[in-house]
Amino acid sequence: MSDKSDNQRSWGRRKVVRALGALPLGIILASQLSWAAPATTTGQAVTDDTVTVGILHSLTGTMAISETGAQEAEKLAIKQINESGGILGRQIKIIQEDGASDWPTFAEKSRKLLVNDKVAAVFGCWTSASRKAALPVFEKENGLLYYPTFYEGLEQSKNVIYTGQEATQQILDGLNWVAKEKGAKTFYLIGSDYIWPRTSMKIARKHIENVLGGKVVGEEYKPLGDTQFGSVINKIRLKKPDVIYAAVVGGSNVAWFKQLKAAGITSKKQTLLTISVTEDEVLGIGGENLEGFYSIMKYFQSQDNPNNVAFVKAFKEMWGEDSVIGDVTQAAYLGPWLWKAAVEKAGTFDVDAVVKASEEGDIELTTAPEGYVKLHPNHHLWSKARVGMWKKDGQAEVVYTSELIEPDPFPEGYQ
Amino acid sequence: MSFVYEKLFGDKKGMVGFCILAALILVVFPLFLDSFRLNLVGKYLTYAFAAVSLVLLWGYGGTLSLGQGIFFGIGGYAMAMFLKLEASSPENTAIQSTPGIPDFMDWNQLTELPMFWMPFNSFTFTIIAVLVVPTIFAYIIGAAMFKRRVGGVYFAIITQVISVILTVLIVGQQGLTGGINGITDLRTLNGWDITSDSAKNLFYFINCFLLLGVIIASRFILTSKFGRLLLAMRDKEDRVRFSGYDVANFKIFIFCFAAMISAIGGAMFTLQVGFMSPSFVGIVPSIEMVIFAAIGGRMSLIGAVYGTLLINFGKTAFSESFPELWLFLMGGLFIAVVMFFPNGLAGLWEDYGHHITKRFAFLKRFFAKGKIESTSVDGKLEGAN
Amino acid sequence: MGGYSYDELGAIFAMQGFAGISLFSVLLLMALGLAIIFGQMGVINMAHGEFMAAGAYTTYLISSLTETYIPAFMPYYFVFSIVAAFLVAGILGYLAEFVLIRHLYKRPLDTLLATWGLSLIMQQSYRSIFGAREVSPTLPDWLMGAYPATDMIDIPINGMFVLGLTIFTTLAVFYLMFKSSWGLRVRATTQNRLMAGAVGINTKKVDRYTFALGCGIAGMAGAAFTTIASTGPTTGTLYIVDTFMVVVFGGAASLFGTIASAFSIAQAQSILEFFISGSMAKVFTLLTLVIILMFKPEGLFASKVRR
Repeated sequence: MSDKSDNQRSWGRRKVVRALGALPLGIILASQLSWAAPATTTGQAVTDDTVTVGILHSLTGTMAISETGAQEAEKLAIKQINESGGILGRQIKIIQEDGASDWPTFAEKSRKLLVNDKVAAVFGCWTSASRKAALPVFEKENGLLYYPTFYEGLEQSKNVIYTGQEATQQILDGLNWVAKEKGAKTFYLIGSDYIWPRTSMKIARKHIENVLGGKVVGEEYKPLGDTQFGSVINKIRLKKPDVIYAAVVGGSNVAWFKQLKAAGITSKKQTLLTISVTEDEVLGIGGENLEGFYSIMKYFQSQDNPNNVAFVKAFKEMWGEDSVIGDVTQAAYLGPWLWKAAVEKAGTFDVDAVVKASEEGDIELTTAPEGYVKLHPNHHLWSKARVGMWKKDGQAEVVYTSELIEPDPFPEGYQ
Repeated sequence: MSFVYEKLFGDKKGMVGFCILAALILVVFPLFLDSFRLNLVGKYLTYAFAAVSLVLLWGYGGTLSLGQGIFFGIGGYAMAMFLKLEASSPENTAIQSTPGIPDFMDWNQLTELPMFWMPFNSFTFTIIAVLVVPTIFAYIIGAAMFKRRVGGVYFAIITQVISVILTVLIVGQQGLTGGINGITDLRTLNGWDITSDSAKNLFYFINCFLLLGVIIASRFILTSKFGRLLLAMRDKEDRVRFSGYDVANFKIFIFCFAAMISAIGGAMFTLQVGFMSPSFVGIVPSIEMVIFAAIGGRMSLIGAVYGTLLINFGKTAFSESFPELWLFLMGGLFIAVVMFFPNGLAGLWEDYGHHITKRFAFLKRFFAKGKIESTSVDGKLEGAN
Repeated sequence: MGGYSYDELGAIFAMQGFAGISLFSVLLLMALGLAIIFGQMGVINMAHGEFMAAGAYTTYLISSLTETYIPAFMPYYFVFSIVAAFLVAGILGYLAEFVLIRHLYKRPLDTLLATWGLSLIMQQSYRSIFGAREVSPTLPDWLMGAYPATDMIDIPINGMFVLGLTIFTTLAVFYLMFKSSWGLRVRATTQNRLMAGAVGINTKKVDRYTFALGCGIAGMAGAAFTTIASTGPTTGTLYIVDTFMVVVFGGAASLFGTIASAFSIAQAQSILEFFISGSMAKVFTLLTLVIILMFKPEGLFASKVRR
């Protein structure tokens, strides 16, 4: 690094190269200047003919894979609401932020949306970790978050409406179904090693042991991103469970199903029930590796009702014929509609009033693609659980639909 | 006076640079940024601790650690444990099956506080832990590696593996650590609401003073005989060893010191952001810290701070407008800084700064009181490079 | 392990051994390329995983093209895609060496940073081109599924395939390094670059092709891994740390050491996983490696080259 000799020479080739190298720095500095002027309105960003909301999902990083569908659905819902006349006569404007798969960024961007942009509501977050990081911000700034993902429960915040199912809504009916239909007595639980699978498995184990009178013959957690399932598959083979109950996520999911198939464990020999595979995941796993296995969700793209047919058509028109719609995507689509219903009932965008309107337990959507949903005073949705059997083409055939299930984020006897 | 100068700031230029930085973070930012942006800057400045530590360790010591996230994380977790215990008073957690323990423990069927959490009820202990635990940890790693003359690439890879181990461990032991969600929902410090704007502003200034203090302390080390040895070791380790110095001990010392600095950053991070999670321990944050130092100039303590600020501003700005571009730009910066300006921002300043300073030379003449001729031998701190 | 018959235990023992061997072949295939680059050239290639992903995406691309244009060819395309993956990743590696690496040979720590930057750029390119979602090539039926050897023992065909490929690649690399005149030049350059240059070896050319070869092998690994795991923009990062551990533990300049180290790590990991949870197995394996490396920093098989 003979910089000194370089200095003596005049503006040589290397200097030009260096100056070019410095260019990105300049760009950063320049774009930073636009930073200095935050919008300073008082109260919420509501004018006579517009209202501003935020969308906060990861567009970059590892979670971008999962969160794409959710933000697409939210934009679709908002577009449809605007086309049908908006809310309280106002068109909805969107400010979108990128959470970048980084939890403090979620907190940071939530604060920006609430404090600087004064948005009336935020639709966003996907992982529990991102929600946990953003939650204190929403509570402090008194914002309103519509959270779309099925999750572990154990939470109920005044400032969050949970449009996905909490753990008991997803798990219990699926287990009942498999016990009844398949006569299952022994279960093997396997999941990725973090809070959602662990909490779900805890609830599943209590239900299997205390209610169904079955037996859990093994419980296994793999590190996130791990792609080697050989040893686990051997353990499963040794225990010969009636049902494999799986909550493996992300890249591991693909490896898990491919290796199961390669080990000769297919739906012909083995019943497998998973709570972590939606149409989105099937794209990566490949329908042929899943054929005949079951998922428990509240929504499947193949559901045959007029609401869903219209929804799927509109979604594909907006986002392309190839797009698939998973459970979370549908739950995200509900967010803006639930907000609209609550705002119209309250007659104002004020967060306290909207929350109060939401808590009265009579906000319902008859137009939901999944069918009918109703908002419970505990901020979660009444919804049905469905069991789908995967087919080779990546779609599921709904083989079981439950009654409407009451949400119970803090289930007695399951903690 | 001149003695203090040299010891603490290196030379006149160092002094000026230091004052500019101090003015920027203590006066300019608080005056011109709203409290939201100021809090962001505060968060960035906590990373600057790790970046400064890497200047010492890598720029001067020639030992690249890809595991500063380990120490940043330990510091942050120690502070988070204290705050979490305070937030989990029996009254706050009355709905749990075991009140008085952190919520995530309750979800994981723990019925009493694990032993290693107990001492974190005390604030004094926590402060000591923030400083001492990472240092001891660094000592163990350092002693094992440097005594056996493991260095360079091997050291980098092994520190990286240790950060992976720690991440998997934290995520896997969620009953004890909060798992992947981390330790969240921290609200008060000895009864004082840390989420309020006034608290955040105060933390910002504490953070700034600590950072400036760390820079002065580091400068003190570097301008001492020890600093010269460090450089000599980086360039010709064997010759230093043959001159009778125990090379390993010097390296261990600087590694421990770097670990402690990073941990202070971590603790301040927890205080300002309000949570801690394993995503600040692993590979990616650790390497990002290296790039902060590299962009700023691996030989410049103050440059490291600017590097950190610049990258993080860039990250925020770009991910607000064109997120796709950000990774390309970040990758490009990595490559550019290594290939074209290995001395980073500080190097650019050295090369082109005089064009700017010339413009303002009349000011210098205006303020000159006779003996400005002490123009330091060379403005660079590089030594042999 | 009470309550199981001998047959069952025997079968599990066999299957478990196979799980270890399958992990071994994955680790080795990844590590071979890295060992060549790191061991022979001293370059830390943090983008190794992304070259692997390049191979995986090549396979995906060829699979989609075949499916659309010549569906009759589907059962056979996979073999060709491995060759294509090797070439694509190799050419990318060649370019990377030309543009980037060759300027940094004297600064190993800086290659580490530069290749990390390269890996970020490659990841984002995959994301822009193929989308953020994971993709899966349609694999020929003969590759998926299992061969039922006995009632209890099913042998995964994709695992066998990867193992076969690994053995083939390893033999090829050994032949290339130790029997061919090119290998002679590579080894000469490694041992003494100046002298090698003095006797007329074009060391720059040797470097470039060595790097390209290492990346090409990573590409093959990527193609093979589509049968057992996923392909996404960040797939490569899942393997990079483990792979580095294999190379470092084996002793940097020793190909034989790489094999031994991949074998012992794979067996340790898969046996531990049978008895304790996956996360803790990973922690224990890595921790043991770190501790061993602290006592024996030069790895299992130290190179005889003076540094």
